[in-house]
Amino acid sequence: MTTKKPAEIKQVHKPGFAFTRWLTSVFIDFYKVFKFVGRFFREVLFPPYEFNEILRQCYEVGVRSLTIISVTGFIVGLIFTKQSRPSLSEFGATSWLPSLISIAIMRALAPLITAIIAAGKVGSSIGAELGSMRVTEQIDAMEVSGTKPFKYLVATRVIATTITVPILAMYAGFVALMGGYVNVAQNEGTSYTTFMQQVFEPLSFVDFTSSLAKSIVFGFTIGMVGCYQGYNSSKGTEGVGKAANMAVVTAMFLVFIEEVIIVQIFGWFR
Amino acid sequence: MIRKAKANIDYNDAVITIKGLKKSFEGNAVLKGVDLELYKGENLVVLGRSGTGKSVLIKVISGLIKPDAGKVTLLGEEMNHVDEKQLQQLRTRIGFSFQNSALYDSMTVRKNLEFPLVRNKKKLTRSEINTAVETVLEAVGLEQAINQMPAELSGGQRKRIGIARTLILNPEIMLYDEPTAGLDPITCTEINKLINEVQQRYKTSSIIITHDLTCAKETGDRMAILLDGKFERQGSFEEVFNTDDERVKRFFDYNFIK
Repeated sequence: MTTKKPAEIKQVHKPGFAFTRWLTSVFIDFYKVFKFVGRFFREVLFPPYEFNEILRQCYEVGVRSLTIISVTGFIVGLIFTKQSRPSLSEFGATSWLPSLISIAIMRALAPLITAIIAAGKVGSSIGAELGSMRVTEQIDAMEVSGTKPFKYLVATRVIATTITVPILAMYAGFVALMGGYVNVAQNEGTSYTTFMQQVFEPLSFVDFTSSLAKSIVFGFTIGMVGCYQGYNSSKGTEGVGKAANMAVVTAMFLVFIEEVIIVQIFGWFR
Repeated sequence: MIRKAKANIDYNDAVITIKGLKKSFEGNAVLKGVDLELYKGENLVVLGRSGTGKSVLIKVISGLIKPDAGKVTLLGEEMNHVDEKQLQQLRTRIGFSFQNSALYDSMTVRKNLEFPLVRNKKKLTRSEINTAVETVLEAVGLEQAINQMPAELSGGQRKRIGIARTLILNPEIMLYDEPTAGLDPITCTEINKLINEVQQRYKTSSIIITHDLTCAKETGDRMAILLDGKFERQGSFEEVFNTDDERVKRFFDYNFIK
């Protein structure tokens, strides 16, 4: 006896069908992301504004990340200076160390390190928190009580990361320079004032602007990705873990892509 | 068994009217043309096996899920035609008690109760907010829990606070999703008593989703049995219980054996 296969099962085996289905799902995902970002701007622009919650989130994102940012920034500055010294000393150019580390740290390392730490610490925590609120129906409870969960949960967190990550990046840059100074002072005996003069000499307005612009974009991305993954999570506790994981992985990936693009853009102004 | 007081029901005034409601999830039809009316002042119990779409029904009523077809009229407003702002205003007139209470974990009981109030009634003073919070806590008998975190509460207390959070906006309609699920028999009776007290004190009309027959008998003025995506039988507990329909009989037999 032969059994007739249903039409849809036959279709799965058609060449190119899997690719078309994948491409469709990619476009649908893009559409969902753009819709989510668009909704964010709509909610942010119109009242009511959740100022207290924004402040609370700034504290959560900023103050609670200070320790890890301080330790990482200091170590990066110290190690970077230590590792750069042999190459420069071959040419007798160790006096250029402060200039070298200031350019490297302020232009690239400080925003990037801060973004990576924030993606790991803040992005995952936002993804997990909103994800667990979604699966325990807390977001639905907000919705049915006539409040706006998107504004309260998403808009506040994205604004907080967008404000806080640039501040953290500036702070990380300063701490990393201190790490570099410890190494320079130990080896060359340079005073703090001289070191700082040499640090700021090669830096231009474009360097600070590009660093600030990068950090703002990174902060926005980390907040938005964490919120998107958490807010749209499903499938119970498994979904919460997946949301937290995807928040970190996607944010890091996007941060590196944005770094490349912004460096290119600011390169035209130099 | 608690004795239910006679409810003041207006059978000429339907606060919810549902006609031909259909909803599918990934091709799996859950609601296959549901027709239902909830009258003013009435407690309607929706009985049915797990997965028959009872919770989906009240989520459609509250606008959390969009139906595929059919018409839902809520307090005179047709849900298909309301915009986001109207839906938000309409939602302040209905209370939704979730199966797992859905209390906000990061907030104290006081903040949980204040949350919908301060966002929907912006002109209230601090003392008015405090009075409203204390009143609903007194209504559910949990005044002492005001500064506790949800994690510090028992299952029954969480249910009560969940109900209190919906009562703070003085809703006209209450939607209870499995109010006694996962509770011991004594706490179940307390919750059933509370549902009846809410009906009397706040003059609410309610839909109570459950598969707990004791809850159904103690709280319901009318029962409706959801089987295979449609309401198969509606009436008083006795009318529904003494049916000849084999599928309905099987549902009751199974519950009693259990």
